[in-house]
Amino acid sequence: MANKIQVPSDVIFTIRRYDPDNDTAPHYEDYKVHVDPGLTVLDGLHLIRENQDPTLSWRYSCRMGVCGSCGMLVNGRAMLACNNQILDISKRRLLIAPLPNFDIIKDLVPDLGSMFEKHQSIHPFLIRESDKEEMENPTGEYNQSEEELVRYLQFSYCIRCGCCMAACPTLATDDKYLGPMPLAQGYRWNADTRDEGFDRRRPIAGDTHSAYRCHYAGECSNVCPKGVDPARAIQLLKKQLVKDYFHLMKKGPGCQSQSSRTGSERNPKIPDPPPFTVEQT
Amino acid sequence: MRETKWWAWHMIAGIVIFVLLGLHMLITHFDDILGWFNVLGPSHAIEWENVVARAQNIFFAVTYVILLIAALFHGFYGARTIICEMNIGVGARKFVDVLFWLVGLALLIVGTWAAIASMAIKG
Repeated sequence: MANKIQVPSDVIFTIRRYDPDNDTAPHYEDYKVHVDPGLTVLDGLHLIRENQDPTLSWRYSCRMGVCGSCGMLVNGRAMLACNNQILDISKRRLLIAPLPNFDIIKDLVPDLGSMFEKHQSIHPFLIRESDKEEMENPTGEYNQSEEELVRYLQFSYCIRCGCCMAACPTLATDDKYLGPMPLAQGYRWNADTRDEGFDRRRPIAGDTHSAYRCHYAGECSNVCPKGVDPARAIQLLKKQLVKDYFHLMKKGPGCQSQSSRTGSERNPKIPDPPPFTVEQT
Repeated sequence: MRETKWWAWHMIAGIVIFVLLGLHMLITHFDDILGWFNVLGPSHAIEWENVVARAQNIFFAVTYVILLIAALFHGFYGARTIICEMNIGVGARKFVDVLFWLVGLALLIVGTWAAIASMAIKG
């Protein structure tokens, strides 16, 4: 189907403003912007700041949907401002607010600190218990099959933008709830065959305000700008926890490093790593 | 770990309810088609003789008690989940846990007593 040709339009940006130094409560202000086809929400905000109100604040960095900084609520939907064109959303009015479920620092800048603290609590990194020496001083690669990679691959695309956290109805009522991003990342590392950290993540993932509070509303997956499915990850995490409770989980060392240290033959197709760029002490 | 245990049994209780409630519905609403469980034959599932016959049957007594346990656990855990989502404090949550266990156990005792006592009813 051919794309509908868009024409320039004057769009009203209704933006929620809040300056903790001067305002007692948030309020809305309107800005009229002449929008050409192709202009993103982020471009529109830049135009407002350059031409109408230099005090307008928001967070951004890469401008291409990679850094996850410019998450905001646009016409009721959490999204990245850089990733969405204004005329695709509305030709008349955009209602822009900071991401819900977070404290607000100023205007459209949410305080993502609570999300990162929860993320940190789930140990979102590779944990090896069986061969710490190989982890510290690697001599080879950990081989994974395509099937093993696909188990967690999509969840590794998360950019921690917070859109899923903003869309979560459980988080809206229970601020202690861990939330879709940290839980999905917990599953991402549990599902990685190189990882052996399930036992360390289990008490956090199985806590009262954790995986079992998810009702599978699925809005986190709907809004994710990277196509990650956190709702599915949480259900798979529950499955892991229940299987572990009934002792049905396969345990043991994860995939082995293909190196002389582990007695495995190194894959000759994998080239040697480049030499160190700084002198090793 | 405790939450995992409770949630896992919550799911299992849901499956048990689905099966046993299905059986109950078959007996009370479909027996005019099936004609399996009632001594008076089709269309009399809630006649006194049929109710007494089922109550005196050890199979039904056991399944009703299992259904009672599953329903109480599933219902109270579900209610606890809703209350926990109101962001209550740790003390209030512990109070709800204790209260629900006590009320649930009391209802289980009453229900089990009713199932056992009805086995002694004269038809």
